[in-house]
Amino acid sequence: MSTQHTQSSTTVPHGAFIRFLATMDRRWIFLAMMLAVGMPILLKLRPPESPGPLSNATFAAIEHLPAGSRVLLSFDYDPASEGELQPMANAFVHHCASKGHKLAFMALWPLGAQKANETVNTVLKPFHPEYKLGVDYCMLGYKAGNEGVIKVIVTDLLQQYSTDASGTPLGEVPMLKGVSNIQAFDLILNVSAGYPGAKEWAQYATSAYPDAFSLLVGTTGVQSNQLYPYYPTQMKGMLVAIKGAAEYEVLVNAKYGNTPAIVAAQRMMSSREGESASENASGDTPESGVPAILQEGQRRMGPQLIAHLLMVTLIVLGNVVYFATRSKGATR
Amino acid sequence: MLKRTIPLFITGAAGGILILAYFSPATTNWGEVVTDWMNTLAAVAFILGGGNLLFVNLEKISSKRSGWAYALVTLLAFVVTLAFGVLKIGAVPNAQFPATPWAGDYESVRAPFGWVYEYVLSPLTATMFALLAFYVASAAFRAFRAKNIEAILLLGTAFVILLGRTAAAGILTGWISPEGPFAFLRLDTMAVNIMQYVSTAGTRAVMMGIALGIAATSLRLILGIDRSYLVND
Amino acid sequence: MTEQLSQQRTTQRGDGASHTIMCTEMRSAEHTGMHASTSAATHTSPHVQLRTASHGYANPASNPAANPAANPRLRRARTTIWLILFLVGGIGLAYNALVRPHGMAEVYVERSEKTFVEADIAAPVGAPSGEKASTKWLASDSPALQDGSAIAMAGAAHTLTINETVGVPPRAARERIAAGDSNVSLSIVDTLGVWIAAFFTLAIFSFLWRDNPIYKFAESILVGVSAAYWMTLGYWATLVPNLFAKIAPETIKGWAMPALDVQPADQTTQFLLALVPLILGFMLLMRLSPKGGWISVWPLAFIIGTTAGLKFVAFIEGDLMAQAANTIIPLVALNDTGSMQFGESLGNLVLFVGVLAVLTYFFFSVEHKGRLGTMVGKVSRLGIWYLMITFGAAFGLTVMGRITLLSQRLEFLFGDWLWIIDPANIR
Repeated sequence: MSTQHTQSSTTVPHGAFIRFLATMDRRWIFLAMMLAVGMPILLKLRPPESPGPLSNATFAAIEHLPAGSRVLLSFDYDPASEGELQPMANAFVHHCASKGHKLAFMALWPLGAQKANETVNTVLKPFHPEYKLGVDYCMLGYKAGNEGVIKVIVTDLLQQYSTDASGTPLGEVPMLKGVSNIQAFDLILNVSAGYPGAKEWAQYATSAYPDAFSLLVGTTGVQSNQLYPYYPTQMKGMLVAIKGAAEYEVLVNAKYGNTPAIVAAQRMMSSREGESASENASGDTPESGVPAILQEGQRRMGPQLIAHLLMVTLIVLGNVVYFATRSKGATR
Repeated sequence: MLKRTIPLFITGAAGGILILAYFSPATTNWGEVVTDWMNTLAAVAFILGGGNLLFVNLEKISSKRSGWAYALVTLLAFVVTLAFGVLKIGAVPNAQFPATPWAGDYESVRAPFGWVYEYVLSPLTATMFALLAFYVASAAFRAFRAKNIEAILLLGTAFVILLGRTAAAGILTGWISPEGPFAFLRLDTMAVNIMQYVSTAGTRAVMMGIALGIAATSLRLILGIDRSYLVND
Repeated sequence: MTEQLSQQRTTQRGDGASHTIMCTEMRSAEHTGMHASTSAATHTSPHVQLRTASHGYANPASNPAANPAANPRLRRARTTIWLILFLVGGIGLAYNALVRPHGMAEVYVERSEKTFVEADIAAPVGAPSGEKASTKWLASDSPALQDGSAIAMAGAAHTLTINETVGVPPRAARERIAAGDSNVSLSIVDTLGVWIAAFFTLAIFSFLWRDNPIYKFAESILVGVSAAYWMTLGYWATLVPNLFAKIAPETIKGWAMPALDVQPADQTTQFLLALVPLILGFMLLMRLSPKGGWISVWPLAFIIGTTAGLKFVAFIEGDLMAQAANTIIPLVALNDTGSMQFGESLGNLVLFVGVLAVLTYFFFSVEHKGRLGTMVGKVSRLGIWYLMITFGAAFGLTVMGRITLLSQRLEFLFGDWLWIIDPANIR
């Protein structure tokens, strides 16, 4: 391989630019990527978002559930994917709580339980102080076994979860009174980074019991391709990568971004009289009154734009080098 | 017998019960019990993984093989984190059972184990995956060549997705009316249509192929035709 | 490719060998590009072909003009550039930490004391005969103590005071400290934590420059910590409540799960059923022993059998039958008023034809001769085009995901650590 390369670069007379590109240290590409992502963050670049069909379907599925419905949230991801998935998790929880749904959190990934705790602490507790543990939400925690856990709890929840994460028997958790399996839930919300996750929920829950389950998924870009075939029969909605998160945030915030509880929480966090935590003088958060944490996805679309343009440029440049070297090589 | 026949029987029985549980509601409970056992074994597998890591690194340190200092770091990180977690050192008392120290919350950021998650594990895993952005960029520059029609299709689709799923779509093709006859030429619409129809068709066919493959492999295992996991002696 | 990538991701989670992942993904991305250019010629396999890449341009390592090791001038120039970058970074950091008025990376907490009392709880009125009065620890401000449904027990043995710590946003904390609130203070442990997190973030990023001891140190920590994390979760979240609590319920209840519901009637059955995973679990751990390794084949056989049984049904049902059904859709889509939806009809047709074409490519290995063979060949080629578009889309979405992860890390560095950005306006 290297012989071939040396030949191509030493025998073909290129222009200086092509020569630079062809022999460029890849660390220049790394630096370009760092700047493409870093600068928009510092410059607070934030392009507008308009929701697409999948985000609309996801929003509608939660929105049309009767208030107080039982929702099972499975947090099947870890910090490695939180950049993409945490904004979805935040928006899911805020949307469900704004509708008054009862929320049960579980995880098929060991670190997913931590992400669920984090979401409860940063979204549910400050913006929905009326939500009481056990009554309005409960933490089931993590269980080992991957899809085996789903397989069991679709018919017998207690077999896997005899207690919640803090050790309270499920029979004593008011919002789970009379629940013997997860078919009693009106909706399953899955935030998924891979195996086990959305695919397994589609296989072991919605495919096996099509009439019993309604599944919505928030997923990473990497695995979303594999999940499209399940929509719309086995999954009623899907948020794809950071774009899906940003679109969904727009929909949720338009309706529930500035509730009285949020305004009060913002005041407390910011502490300055009359100034809410989102109304930043420097213009970080254009949506007035909406907490920054509920706009994470939209903020990340700025770096995304510039980095995608860089990727396209790199591929084009790579091809310019290829064709330049190939055509000159051919003429010789 | 002990090394071949019994394992073959166990595989066949476990797999058979789960398939039977699907077809016969009367045996659903059997399926639950067997799956529950497997889930418990999955947790034991974590201990096995930890034990394995311990032995491998101890061996590396004792034989002073190259990189043994890093093995020592791994070992220390493992032992300290494990002690914080399994022994619930400094766990935050459980609000439901404050008088029971062993019921404490070891995952809270106020407990050492939760602190390790928050400030060590979380940044390390997240950054490890963030590195891939750089390598994908470098790989795209070096390897994506429009050599033939197939490569052009691949590249073209990647372009449409990369541009169509950001504000670049609006900048480049926002002037095309979303209601008009040429709406399909808008990059955002193209990205949606490609994902929903063309890419879904490809993925679906791949999924069906894989499903057949997995079903065949599963049957081979359950029926004892595939015995590659057995001990050879 | 996506399958390959996600498989790799999950494998990494399991064994902690994260070092290999970026290289593998890089290779995967490159090979997908290769696949695009080579598969048309071979037409034989749907799998990504792992061939040696021929990039068509010089590899810096093999080119003396570009190779810093062989060219001292170039090496000096590059060293200077990177030295300047590091210096600028260092000066900026020092300025940020020492000169800027708001500082950086500070975490504040509020400490308070919470009192719990042990109380007698009366059985609810009209409760089933089995439900008895009980005792429970309650927060001293619990509504149950106010309304009389619980009565606090007297004596110091029935009272507990616990220190509670909660985070406070920095600006609010500073204002409260200035106002003389002694409960709020800077948390040294958490502030140090943010610095450690930043160090590890930069340590991993340092791999971009080249493999180095700081990166290896961070990687070693990651492997150790993640293995211990998984093990701890497996122990506390699954083994204790789902295995030990069935083997010895009273012991576990007295030790770590005070509210465990022990049903004497089920105890023997539960015990016997739990013996199976207990024994299989011990046999699995024998894998660690140099001589008893073969015993672990039994639990392994069990895991393989169970997984095969689960996957057989799930894949046939969810991925084969359901996907076939999802493909058989009306090719003429009508709206509510009965008129034809041109766009959706075309989409459905594209989808239907695509699935058939790709399946033809996978399964009909007819020699491309004669009328039938030529037709199959053409349909197969269409199938390949569909696959290329699928791979292109997967690549685009993968890139998208990776970039988001990077922006999240940079947000951490600029926000939580350096305090250069403040989206929530709380610093």
